[in-house]
Amino acid sequence: MEIFQIVAIAVVATVLSVLIKNQKPEIGIYISLVTGIVVFIFVVAKLQSVIEILNQLANKINIDDIYLSTILKIVGIAYIAEFGAQVCKDAGEGVIASKIEFAGKILIMVMAVPILVSLMDLIINMVP
Amino acid sequence: MLMNVDLIFKIAAIGIIVAVLNQVLIRAGREEQAMMTTLVGIVVVLMMVINLVSNLFDTVKTMFRLY
Repeated sequence: MEIFQIVAIAVVATVLSVLIKNQKPEIGIYISLVTGIVVFIFVVAKLQSVIEILNQLANKINIDDIYLSTILKIVGIAYIAEFGAQVCKDAGEGVIASKIEFAGKILIMVMAVPILVSLMDLIINMVP
Repeated sequence: MLMNVDLIFKIAAIGIIVAVLNQVLIRAGREEQAMMTTLVGIVVVLMMVINLVSNLFDTVKTMFRLY
């Protein structure tokens, strides 16, 4: 079970981070950053197979490829923005963190515009 | 994959060493060199971390097709 490894890594990293942050807060940030990345790389292989299955399902029911790839892009943007915002917030820079979240929201909105347009087209076609 | 876990311990070790050096240098009355030590420690750790961050971004990019 990988969850035990992940929890063990996280607990050890937390202890180290608390230890270092008393002396040098600037290096303590790096520890939390690296821990986040390590945990993500642990679980990323599992996620790959789920995305593969989603792709196969989308191919099977003949859905347009743009929808699935847009959703995946949105998930990716949301994840990266959340990650960066958490790191900034952890370092005590709540302002920069909220700016990152703002930028993430705008980029997600831009990504979602084509889907919105196609939905609008569908509605307009249905209601003459 | 477990190689990455070592990086956490490496960073913690560098942090402890830098903190100790900092204390010693400040006690010896060399504030400038203590400052330099801190700076060097931060830069060294940043060099190690930046690779991992770029790796993370590449992984997310290829996985979620964010080219």
